Amino acid sequence: MSSPALALRGLTKAFDRPVVENIDLTIARGEFYALLGPNGAGKTTILRMVAGLLKPDAGAISIFGIDALADPVAAKQVTAWVSDEPMVYDRLTPLEYLDFVAGLWQVEPRRAAAVANELIDWLGLRPHANELCGGFSKGMLQKVALAGALVHDPQLIILDEPLTGLDAGSARQVKDVLLDKVRSGVTVIMTTHILEVAERMAQRIGVIAGGRLVAEGTLAELRQRIGRETTLEEIFLDLVSQQGAAP
Amino acid sequence: MTLAAGTLPWFARHELLLAWRDFAAMLTRGRKGRLWGFAIGGLLVYALLHLIAWYTIRPWQLGGMVADKQTLVLVSGMGLLFWAVTLSQALESVTRVYYARADLDLILSSPTSPQRIFAVRAAAVAITTWVLGALLISPLVTVLAIIAGPAWLGAYLVLAGLAALSVAIALAVTLLLFRLVGPRQTRFIAQIIAAIIGAGFIIGIQAVAILSHEGFSRLSVFQSEDVIAAAPEPSSLVWLPAHAAMGDFPAATLVAATGLAILAGVIALTAPSYGRLATAATGLSHIRGQRRRSRAAFRPTTQHQALRRKEWRLLQRDPWLLSQTLMQILYLVPPALLIWVNYGAGSGAFIVVVPVLVMACGQLAGGLAWLAISGEDAHDLVATAPLPRGTVLRAKVEAVLVIIAIVLAPILVFIGLADLRMALVTGLCAGLSAAAATAIQLWFRVTARRSMFRRRQVASRAATLSEAFSSIMWAGTGALLAAGSSVALLPALIALAVLGVARLVAPKSPI
Repeated sequence: MSSPALALRGLTKAFDRPVVENIDLTIARGEFYALLGPNGAGKTTILRMVAGLLKPDAGAISIFGIDALADPVAAKQVTAWVSDEPMVYDRLTPLEYLDFVAGLWQVEPRRAAAVANELIDWLGLRPHANELCGGFSKGMLQKVALAGALVHDPQLIILDEPLTGLDAGSARQVKDVLLDKVRSGVTVIMTTHILEVAERMAQRIGVIAGGRLVAEGTLAELRQRIGRETTLEEIFLDLVSQQGAAP
Repeated sequence: MTLAAGTLPWFARHELLLAWRDFAAMLTRGRKGRLWGFAIGGLLVYALLHLIAWYTIRPWQLGGMVADKQTLVLVSGMGLLFWAVTLSQALESVTRVYYARADLDLILSSPTSPQRIFAVRAAAVAITTWVLGALLISPLVTVLAIIAGPAWLGAYLVLAGLAALSVAIALAVTLLLFRLVGPRQTRFIAQIIAAIIGAGFIIGIQAVAILSHEGFSRLSVFQSEDVIAAAPEPSSLVWLPAHAAMGDFPAATLVAATGLAILAGVIALTAPSYGRLATAATGLSHIRGQRRRSRAAFRPTTQHQALRRKEWRLLQRDPWLLSQTLMQILYLVPPALLIWVNYGAGSGAFIVVVPVLVMACGQLAGGLAWLAISGEDAHDLVATAPLPRGTVLRAKVEAVLVIIAIVLAPILVFIGLADLRMALVTGLCAGLSAAAATAIQLWFRVTARRSMFRRRQVASRAATLSEAFSSIMWAGTGALLAAGSSVALLPALIALAVLGVARLVAPKSPI
């Protein structure tokens, strides 16, 4: 049996107070998983630990069967991270940025050039491909960051609020790219405050409150859990209020 | 007292509150107790400066203070040096009035007149310039007022006039740059002009002193017999600021009034365009980016090479680096002249040249290392890339040291042609100074954006002090080795001790 795309066991992290407590989570290969929760619930902390940006206090992280804490380099090879604040270099052009990312992930140059140009076209960045990113809008920067995440053909894409601040057109492009990737077998984990996006795109949804995973399942399973046919927004508010952590 | 909203005093109070909170936050970094520590420490240093001023001025006072030509030339020269630095600082501050984005959107979108906020901010720059200058000269002025009479307090009036004149010139230059080169380039060019004015005058008179064989001192030109002989008589109006600074109270009032009147006039002339220019400056992110010929070659590369290439590409496009390199080149002009003038006349000149080069390499390496190691705009990207952290750091350090080597190599060849031993000493000490500065930046690394560069010295005083002390000590080692002194080991040992202390006090590395 093949390993799941991501398996978290007893994941725990505290700063001045516990932020993530004993999280167990399994995400299958090729799954689109949405992680929801009120502000400060611990969503970003979980994802940053999975991406190797934070060290957990306790617990285990397995990415496609690779122990990410014991062998972070191997785990990072198949993973891509996109944060809510697109981190790109002001003084590199999108093509130069993708060239750099391809170098870091050791993508074969001819393939990197082909994928980079394909992504540039796909995300509508062609007219700006040779302009420095310094003058770009938030939406354009987010698209450059997303292209960077995809240029090395990752099997697990982790996105923290990728649609925040994007206009309708840019948001649509990003959503289309992600759905296309899932169709081709890539696993996507995404946090979002836009519940309609989770409702429409995610195959399974996890709800985090107070650092704990309070509910998980498909939309139908979550509806079943609260016992009425309603929207994800109602389900979310109900689950969170039960935990005493109103959004 | 309640002030009417939108009036000049209301804006002034708002600015004062923000300035005070910025200042307190810079000193305390969130811990209020530190403010007392800084206050007590500051008072002790201030008292010490008064003591030094007393022992410096007392012999002059005992010898009789006469406003003769020699004294007037010296006072005017020193005043010009001080004013050049003031003008440089004013130019920097004035560009911030136009480019500081924080609350300009709010203010410019409100129904208040932008001219009022401009007048308040321009006045604030003048007051800040005056206060900083006053703090610097106050030990001298206080001692002079005590031993030679309160008329010396008029120096503060002269300073107010000079500060106002500096800000007026800075405003005019900034406005001119907006007209000539547009909002995208104005800030960058203003920074370069500020750097040239700040360093250029000092370096210029040093160069004149060297060429006229007066020595290496900045003040030797003002003590030169030729200059004194050629200067106008003491009754000339040219000496009005010098007379004013030396206790002529009516002259001091006239200088202050003239400076303030010019500033008021320039503010009145430049204020109407403020809203338009500030909007253009803060709206730069909406302006189409600069097109570049693509250099994304997608060539076969190792992770190491990819990182180094990225660092070099970013450093090459960094405006700070450009202005800093220009400054370093300017600072190297006097020692280069010294070598040229003394070429073939023995190695005496190298005792001066070696420490300057060593110090310059240490300082440049420290700045470059911060930009490469801490100023990582895509920290998450690099941290999530499949390579060990050690590889990332090694590549960044290599990128810095290679640049230093490229800058230093031609100078070393030039020195080597004259004296091979001196070239070896310079190369060794400059290498050690650069390596030490890089190591300190590595130990004190933080996660920051490159645009935070200007605040790096505030963010870690321990790193800044260690870097400066280390560079000074390696420069001292270089000078003593150049002089053939066996005491050279002492500053080298102190430099190593500084590094040891820096390693001990450096924070634990983040993940």
